[in-house]
Amino acid sequence: MKLSGAKILVKMIKSQNVDTIFGYPGGAVIDIYDELSKNHDLRHILVRHEQGAVHAADAYARAKGSVGVALVTSGPGATNTVTGIASAYMDSIPIVVFTGQVPTALIGNDAFQEVDIVGITRPCTKHNYLVKDIEKLAKTVKQAFYIAQSGRPGPVLVDLPKDVMAAKIDFKEPEDITLRSYKPTYDPNKKQLSKVVDLIKKAKKPLIFAGGGVILSKASKEITDLANMADIPVTASLMGLGAFPGSSPLWLGMPGMHGTYRANMSMGNCDLMIAAGVRFDDRVTGKIEKFAPYARIVQIDIDPTSIRKNVDVACPIVGDCKQTLKILNSMLKDEDPKAVKGEREEWMQQIEQWKATSPQRYDQNDDIIKPQYVIEQLYELTEGKAIITTEVGQNQMWAAQYYHFDKPNHFITSGGLGVMGFGLPAALGAKAACPEKTVVDIAGDGSIQMNIQELMTAVESKLPVKIVILNNRYLGMVRQWQELFYDKNYSCTNMEMAPDFIKLAEAYGATGMKATKPSEVKETLSKGLKTKGTVIMEFIVEREESVYPMVPAGRALTEMLLV
Amino acid sequence: MNTDKHLLSIVVDDEPGVLSRIAGLFSGRGYNIESLSVAPTARPDLSRITMVTRGDDHIIEQIKKQLHKLINVLTVSDLTDKKYVMRELALIKVHAKPEQRAEILRIVDIFRCRVVDVGHEHYTIEVSGDEGKLKALMNLLKPMGIIEIARTGSIALARENSK
Repeated sequence: MKLSGAKILVKMIKSQNVDTIFGYPGGAVIDIYDELSKNHDLRHILVRHEQGAVHAADAYARAKGSVGVALVTSGPGATNTVTGIASAYMDSIPIVVFTGQVPTALIGNDAFQEVDIVGITRPCTKHNYLVKDIEKLAKTVKQAFYIAQSGRPGPVLVDLPKDVMAAKIDFKEPEDITLRSYKPTYDPNKKQLSKVVDLIKKAKKPLIFAGGGVILSKASKEITDLANMADIPVTASLMGLGAFPGSSPLWLGMPGMHGTYRANMSMGNCDLMIAAGVRFDDRVTGKIEKFAPYARIVQIDIDPTSIRKNVDVACPIVGDCKQTLKILNSMLKDEDPKAVKGEREEWMQQIEQWKATSPQRYDQNDDIIKPQYVIEQLYELTEGKAIITTEVGQNQMWAAQYYHFDKPNHFITSGGLGVMGFGLPAALGAKAACPEKTVVDIAGDGSIQMNIQELMTAVESKLPVKIVILNNRYLGMVRQWQELFYDKNYSCTNMEMAPDFIKLAEAYGATGMKATKPSEVKETLSKGLKTKGTVIMEFIVEREESVYPMVPAGRALTEMLLV
Repeated sequence: MNTDKHLLSIVVDDEPGVLSRIAGLFSGRGYNIESLSVAPTARPDLSRITMVTRGDDHIIEQIKKQLHKLINVLTVSDLTDKKYVMRELALIKVHAKPEQRAEILRIVDIFRCRVVDVGHEHYTIEVSGDEGKLKALMNLLKPMGIIEIARTGSIALARENSK
């Protein structure tokens, strides 16, 4: 049977167990949209800006633990996806982005809405393709999904010229994918693992450092088992929050620039660090020369380039986190349980002491709302069960500090690239993946305006998300740096000119609410969470509240500003 | 800091854009390419890239890993510490006034290279060899006045183990 390129594309997407895609039509993809309208089992969510489509696909992938898909047109449609792709690349999120392209005969002629998107996205995709031959279409789509989700996941872009979508061929089911040059290593070297067993038994001050890789490989259970079996305290990077239960007594909180005192002190003093699925980003390590000076580091990662990129590693292990930890745990089970638990009492007491001397705190008075208080109240009202997305800046750090994540895939944030405008479209993607869950975007008054148009998507596509705006009328994180390091020269960070968010919500057909006093916080949140449909809850908060603790850029983790 | 030269031999899929992926990796991450040569291998669907790069051990390790991570890269071998044969080809156009011609031809003879183009005022010399030989030849020709040089960059293959 002869099928058009567009038909083959839709068929191949559906064969990947994808039920929802996010997109925006345009001239070069009309054939695909024509076909989509005939496929009611593949839901298309019409965003209002292509960047939103990619962030939504990113969050969909994370909330569901599968692959997210975005579809956009050529030229500006394609370039608008770049921020979303770069963010997914930094966070290793499996998405496939389909872009329209001008007909093959016009490529290279500076045609209307032509752009070399394959060239543009080469450095920020795991891989990308231009499909010039319809015979290769099905195979390429299948490969794109395979590459996106295998090994260290990441975004893959497939550029689709209009004539290839319109052409017809006899469709043949593509064969299973084998790529001669791409074979990720899942199984760890067992000799290395027996070294780790010895290191654990000898360690007096061990620490587990979990990252996004633990969540991506679905290894939360394994990392939790390891911690409990060997009595090792756990810290997790921003991307790893939820990989280990935040309510566990072994939980130390997040390390790094805005990490907890005890997590950073533990990093600075541990004698063994078992790092799984982390890449030792500068926001985590602080001054690299002074990072974990006493620790022998065991690093588990599926991507060899992550190992020894930033820090020296005593025991490198290339492998999938889940498989590696599973084998490690079974090896530890064969050992004497007492030896595995070692002598950790002194270490645990030291950590308790750090916790007691410098807990994370803020002072809520009767007059002005503290942003941290809003998040703590949100945590209590949602019983910690909501999926939280964030924008970037202070809102993101407070969300990470005060919402205690017990489960993976519940904290969705643009960790590596730090994209303002991520949270709202991401909330839509998460809601589409998990309709039964409460999804809350924790936003600032600055970043919410970067993709505010997606409110229309939320209302139209019936994706009722809740948006908490912590309104301090500043670009708060930049203001904080200006206060601390630039003599309070608040250059261009004052955002007193802002829309009326209640009216804005109403203009889009959503509901708007506002709280100005601490006494109104709980009531507003509880009302907003109960209200049907999409709701903006605006909280007028302390203008010059800063995120603490803080390790100034370029300082060692143990040199924190506590305030 | 030790920034030794490394000679990498990289086998890649012969597909459009592969060279750009490799060049982009180097520019994006701030690595250095001293010379680069690309040509088909014995298999029509594969190309070999021979590259001379510089860096300390840490950077070279990252370069090799990052190259290997590219989907179109099949193998990356660092020939530096192995036994290998390396050659480079150069074309050197040099001023050849009548009184200098004999001297130039003597040099050509000593270096076992060839004159491939002759004019009233110039010779074009074809030379192949390792970097040291090319450098020595150019030094000797310099006083005559070198007009233009075209070089291929190094190409290399590992030696087979002799039994």
